[in-house]
Amino acid sequence: MTDRVRIPLHRDPKARAIAIQLIALSLVVYGAYSLFQTTVGNLVARGIQTGTSFFDEVAPFNIGFSPLLDFKLGESTYIEVFFIGIQNTILVSILGIVAATVLGFIVGVVRLSPNWLASKVALCYIEIFRNVPLLLQIMFWNFAIFLPSLPAPKNSIEIGSFYLNARGLHMPTPIIDNSSGFILWALTLALLTFGLFIFARRAKVRFEETGRRLPVFSINFFAFVFCGFIFYKICGSPLAFDIPELGRFNFKGGGQLPLPLFSLWFALTVYTAAFIAENVRAGIQSVSHGQTEASHALGMSRRDTVRLVVIPQALRVIIPPTISQFLNLTKNSSLAVAVGFEEIVAVWAGISLNQTGQALIIIAMTIAVYECLSLLTSAFLNWYNRRIQLSEL
Amino acid sequence: MIDDLKTFTTLPDRAPPGSEIGLIAWIRQNLFGSAGSSITTLILVFLFLMYLPPFVEWALINANWVGNERSICDANKAGACWAFIGVRMDQILFGLYFGANPDQVWRPVTIFIIFFTLLIPLMIDKTPRKDILGILLLLVFPALFYVLIYGGVFGIPVADTTQWGGFLLTFALAFIGILFALPIGILLALGRRSEMPVIRAICVTYIEFWRGTPLITILFMASVMLPLFFPAGVDFDKVVRAMIGITLFQSAYTAEAVRGGLSAIPKGQYEAAMALGLGYWKRTIFIILPQGLKISIPAIVNTFIALFKDTSLVSIIGLLDLLNMAQTASRSLEWNGYDIEGYLFAGFIFWMFCFGMSRYSQNLERKLDTDRRN
Amino acid sequence: MTIDIQANSIELGETIIKIDGLNKWYGQFHVLKDINLDVKRGERIVICGPSGSGKSTLIRCINRLEVHQEGSIVVDGILLTEDTKHINDVRREVGMVFQHFNLFPHLTVLENCTLALIWVRKMPKKEAEEIAMRYLERVKIPEQSQKYPGQLSGGQQQRVAIARSLCMNPRVMLFDEPTSALDPEMISEVLDVMVGLAEDGMTMLCVTHEMGFARKVANRVIFMDEGQIVEQNEPEAFFNHPQNDRTRLFLSQILQH
Repeated sequence: MTDRVRIPLHRDPKARAIAIQLIALSLVVYGAYSLFQTTVGNLVARGIQTGTSFFDEVAPFNIGFSPLLDFKLGESTYIEVFFIGIQNTILVSILGIVAATVLGFIVGVVRLSPNWLASKVALCYIEIFRNVPLLLQIMFWNFAIFLPSLPAPKNSIEIGSFYLNARGLHMPTPIIDNSSGFILWALTLALLTFGLFIFARRAKVRFEETGRRLPVFSINFFAFVFCGFIFYKICGSPLAFDIPELGRFNFKGGGQLPLPLFSLWFALTVYTAAFIAENVRAGIQSVSHGQTEASHALGMSRRDTVRLVVIPQALRVIIPPTISQFLNLTKNSSLAVAVGFEEIVAVWAGISLNQTGQALIIIAMTIAVYECLSLLTSAFLNWYNRRIQLSEL
Repeated sequence: MIDDLKTFTTLPDRAPPGSEIGLIAWIRQNLFGSAGSSITTLILVFLFLMYLPPFVEWALINANWVGNERSICDANKAGACWAFIGVRMDQILFGLYFGANPDQVWRPVTIFIIFFTLLIPLMIDKTPRKDILGILLLLVFPALFYVLIYGGVFGIPVADTTQWGGFLLTFALAFIGILFALPIGILLALGRRSEMPVIRAICVTYIEFWRGTPLITILFMASVMLPLFFPAGVDFDKVVRAMIGITLFQSAYTAEAVRGGLSAIPKGQYEAAMALGLGYWKRTIFIILPQGLKISIPAIVNTFIALFKDTSLVSIIGLLDLLNMAQTASRSLEWNGYDIEGYLFAGFIFWMFCFGMSRYSQNLERKLDTDRRN
Repeated sequence: MTIDIQANSIELGETIIKIDGLNKWYGQFHVLKDINLDVKRGERIVICGPSGSGKSTLIRCINRLEVHQEGSIVVDGILLTEDTKHINDVRREVGMVFQHFNLFPHLTVLENCTLALIWVRKMPKKEAEEIAMRYLERVKIPEQSQKYPGQLSGGQQQRVAIARSLCMNPRVMLFDEPTSALDPEMISEVLDVMVGLAEDGMTMLCVTHEMGFARKVANRVIFMDEGQIVEQNEPEAFFNHPQNDRTRLFLSQILQH
């Protein structure tokens, strides 16, 4: 039915869009190509051989901290260094994320406390720590506070079997002593978890049918702790602990968080928690007062109002920016290079780059690691947002 | 007229009952509102009494405020050594060149005075002709900065960029970063909202690439690899390399801030502009950007705060910014061991600016919010 | 308002809008089905119908805020296609007033009116301001010209929006529910302006539920439902003797209160 009229090309939006996009694309391709050409030319002119052959060369430096992957000076290769770097980045990020989430939620909730003093203390915390550069905070804690004020290993601060000194935090690590007993214990724990899970489902069904509610969480929690302990004893206490002991100069045995890791973890936690606290505050405040009033008007208790009305709505606002904060924390862990904790930037883009001179490959690989983490995060966020949108329809 | 028509009279206002007002009532409500609240208050007061007085004594009462040598501070270890900051002030604020040439310090001082006389009226709501001030700040001020700080004209001695340092360098990096990032970011934001898939893909890739990587790797890349990317003979010194890295990084964040503002503009604005016959660019320039940028100012200020803090990372690639300058000073032979003071001073300057800016952005946000509601 | 415009009965001119076999889809959803509509110069058409019936979409197709997939729309001799020049020419000739006014909040009332004159009609600023003031006087708010839209009431904003369109000296005015977002006491001030326009012989297509306005001003009332034109007639006949049971139901629903 439509009259197919010929439109002059320059007035046809489709043709124009295609032309603009072609031009843009060719500019980008040309830019990338000439960048590549210049780079290759420069590399040749400077006699730099770019390649991955150095991966298998032995790394001529030591890495002191690698909890899972083994590092042996004089045997381990560069590519192992790369993986150790990733491992340490992930390790400090997880430690930081857990601590910052806990601290951030506490500070955020305290910020909204009806107690004026507590609320102002939380406000001061947030405003001080998020407005000072993280790098400065890391260096401050490490060089100005912990390093000079923590004692030498001999006079470590003792908290149970934990020892804190200027070299770091030493702590006991569990080792499996009696393997058959341990397997038995693990099995009974699994069974117990399964049983409690069934119980929770039953309780929920019963609640829906009869309206009678059981304190499922407390029952399960205490049952788990109590039974877990009893089973542990029955199975013959299958775990032993490697407890750090003071040698002549330093502690032997147990696990150690070296001081740079400790400072980094501490500063990342304190810094990120200030941002998470703000997210938590904004999230809770975003739930309009009308919602709470409506819930009270229906006769719901304060606790049920918070649990069933406020928290579900607040979490939708809190979770997305908090996940971005997790990603920020992970990226910020790269500042470890300032205190010498051996994560990927310090050990790969720092030491390995200086040793081999392979800037192109090394920087590209470092960036690739972070891009992967960031893509994973945004994929998760997209999934989460879509799920929320679906449940809002 | 009907006889029994009643006349409306206002009852006089009465004061509320005494338990609702006054200091005592306030304390009871806000500090001892419940058992938990009372305990919290007591614990907090106890902690304040424990830790605040010793800190105040160290930082203020017992502090060594004046003096030119460390012997004064060494003699009184119970107080902070602010004398050290006083001695090294020029260096920490303006870098090595101006620290070494006290007769030239007027140059950075003048530039900061000019900067703040331009900036402060811009932040005040009622100032007329903000557009002129803005143009002066974004276009004329950078030229003035170059003339006064770099020198080389009008008989002003040259202070090479390698000699820039301290707060001056921090400021220069952040200002240049936002100055160049803003136009790039606006174009990227428009591109990301474009209906053309290729343009959108290019912009998304660019934005997400820079946002996915920590600034420190970008600075490493800028300082190690930048010379490889340019034809032989083209070379920049370290400061310019850092500026390039920061600009690329910042443009991605600015783009996201602007995009947020653009997406807050109601669809009706586009439609009304189209119905009047305005084409894409006229629509964008006269209708969309003026509104979108205004809405995104708080977000842009927030990314700028982040950038301002992040400039401290250049100390890792060896530039003497505020943080590195303070640290270097406190590790110098004469003042070795007073790093707490050095960090606290640098931290305080950073905090002052970041806190001020965040307050400003919060106020602006609140104002925009009420504007939109009316 | 005592004058009955229909009594004045302005001579209707030649066809200015010709819509033939118009079909439009949003994805799978068929919003407009085989619409045929001719509008004569000077004609005043009121389009009504339940929400979602496609009436707004229909008038938005006329200045191509919506793109149709089948059929043809000719406005003042210009065929609406992808051709950007044609689209711009049509938008120049056709004014539009929106439900939510869509004034530009960052521009003063005067700037709202002169913007398109200066940048689309390429008119000198002074001349544009004179024209704008003339139309602001016509909608009876010249004293507000230096204010921002946010400082005006809804009714005033809508009158500014009408003035803004009139400045372009359009041949056709489209009204998309111009009074539905207004508080009741402000509706009449906007309707008065629209009646005045009608008296001057402006060609108008008006989506509205103001049946009093329709009776008084329209030459033709169109009832739409499910994306189709169900019935069209002169207002007298339309309201008193609706031909279709769907129309009857609709009228009884909106007129029973």
